[in-house]
Amino acid sequence: MIVDILISAFLVISGIFGLVGSVGLIKLPHPMMRLHAPTKATTLGVGGALIASLLYFYFVAGRFSYHELMITLFLFLTAPITGNFIAKVHIHRHETRDSLPSTGSERPWATFESDEDRIRAEGHEL
Amino acid sequence: MIQFALLFALGCFGLAILINLYKIITAPGIGDRILALDTLAINAIALITLYGIWMETAMYFEASMIFAMTGFISTVSYTRFILRGDIIE
Repeated sequence: MIVDILISAFLVISGIFGLVGSVGLIKLPHPMMRLHAPTKATTLGVGGALIASLLYFYFVAGRFSYHELMITLFLFLTAPITGNFIAKVHIHRHETRDSLPSTGSERPWATFESDEDRIRAEGHEL
Repeated sequence: MIQFALLFALGCFGLAILINLYKIITAPGIGDRILALDTLAINAIALITLYGIWMETAMYFEASMIFAMTGFISTVSYTRFILRGDIIE
């Protein structure tokens, strides 16, 4: 009974988080704001669904599977990378070097700094 | 009780996928379109997993694993192509 309630709670929470992530995609006004909803809320929603699947197959069907843990780990590792790449696309297509806020130092934002400038500023190659 | 919660979650993720498809069509820029495609792949993983619970079979985990991998690779290669004009340099 407790396991049923736990699995149901995980399923309902994951559904709500997944829906919130996608509604945020059409609701939020700025591209950089829209980046927040899918990369965080949807990843959490999928994590909840995978945990519910793990619990269901262990307690109800009686067999343990590692696949859900693998998928969860993979998603939680790759979500920040895709978020970073999409943010870079936004920056390079819609912003220029001068329209971004100041970094507080001599050097520009890292994605706008050329290799020669970086070597000159740091004094060495990678 | 699990059946009702499962139906609710399936409905939520189905609606989320419909919202993503609408966003892919009406996206104002290329970045929003890539973001909507990435979210579509992640929601598809959740939908396949929930369908696996519904059918009580472990057969669909490989499918969702492949979706996770190809979704990530396709997003990264699309953004690389936009940023550098080339995928493998």
